Amino acid sequence: MIEETSVLEAVNLGKRYRRTWGLQDCTLTIPKGRVAALVGPNGSGKSTLLRMAAGLSEPSVGTLRVLGQSPSPGIDDLRERVGYLDQDRPLYKSFRVAEMLRFGEMNNPTWSMDVAKNHLAHLDIPLRSRVSDLSGGQQAQVALTLCLAKQPELLLLDEPASALDPVAREDLLRLLMRQVADSESSVVLSTHALSDVAAICDYVIVLAHARVVLSDDTEYIVETHRILSVVGDDDLALPPGITVVNEQRSARGRSLLVRVGLPFNDDRWLVDRPTLEEIVLAYLRAGSPHRDGRDVDEIESGAR
Amino acid sequence: MAQHPSLTFRLDHQSGLAPYRQLVDQVRHAVRSGLLRDGDQLPSVRDVVTQITINPNTVHRAYRELEHQGIAEGRAGLGTFITSRSRAGSNASERASLDQALQDWVADARRTGLDEETIRELIRSALHQDGKVRS
Repeated sequence: MIEETSVLEAVNLGKRYRRTWGLQDCTLTIPKGRVAALVGPNGSGKSTLLRMAAGLSEPSVGTLRVLGQSPSPGIDDLRERVGYLDQDRPLYKSFRVAEMLRFGEMNNPTWSMDVAKNHLAHLDIPLRSRVSDLSGGQQAQVALTLCLAKQPELLLLDEPASALDPVAREDLLRLLMRQVADSESSVVLSTHALSDVAAICDYVIVLAHARVVLSDDTEYIVETHRILSVVGDDDLALPPGITVVNEQRSARGRSLLVRVGLPFNDDRWLVDRPTLEEIVLAYLRAGSPHRDGRDVDEIESGAR
Repeated sequence: MAQHPSLTFRLDHQSGLAPYRQLVDQVRHAVRSGLLRDGDQLPSVRDVVTQITINPNTVHRAYRELEHQGIAEGRAGLGTFITSRSRAGSNASERASLDQALQDWVADARRTGLDEETIRELIRSALHQDGKVRS
């Protein structure tokens, strides 16, 4: 058997809705064993990509391979190996938690009742509770637990922690990380919270306007970006081998977030290391047609 | 039996320093300050991801780096432990007095009006001179 080194591979992948593209020219590879973040404003294609990867929607153009196969609703093998959690976290509200678990067990051959019960015990969620009596945070935890108990090789999570208070959000992410530690599952999750990305994601994909604008290993991204600033000198040339991601000018000078190739030594520029959040925001701003647009602000507020 | 030492990791996402580097630095600091000693076991990866919100791969990465630096060693099936080699320069009181002396020196330098960059440059050139004397 050939060892798979990537969990998701897209080549020129696109999804067209009636008049607009939900995702366009998407070429990316997500390596196995990673926790990858899909970041971008609403409508940038995150959910579109996740739904196609889960086999819930067909690509219009290009190719997509998930765990080495092309996903489609008919492939049972992939249905077992991939866990998908929808943005709306659907649960049967009138069910008790124990009934949701039995339902999960009946429908999933790879189900582990031990995994489900351990997670819920850790979260102090009684099996007798009715779903409708649980808080929003607990419902999100139950929905994720159902997904994790399938023990999938790949988890596709669409904004798993959105609309949760900070403690519930932290608990949910730790639940996910415990599973990754125990089972070595790969994860692709979409999020608006850049602080979550910095905490748990070792691979980052930035989408803007239905296109991929950045896709790489988190550490590599952080290592290869710098903030260069200069006071006064408007025409100072950039050192060689540098790509400008975003530039801000003020009356006093210039500040640029750049991608660096070779190490450089140019003491006319003041050099700083940006945080991952700063880098991602710079790409989002650069990918936005109206630079101070609402989309980017939305991302920023989501990070707090 | 070596007990789990009371090492609690912290992550600062505003530091611009990769998370695995922050863990490495915190272990190194704990060893220097005497909080961690020879044979102490580092928390398991699972314990760390329960304690703080972090990717288990990052913890593995940090522990590998500590092994590479000779500060910790992995024992198959048991976990990761602080090595005896990590002791070099870990005399806590000596270190504390050096630390104090350096802080006093930095405060003096600031009072003299030197900026941070000049202070760094002075330290760098002192290290450079010292290196030349030793070789």
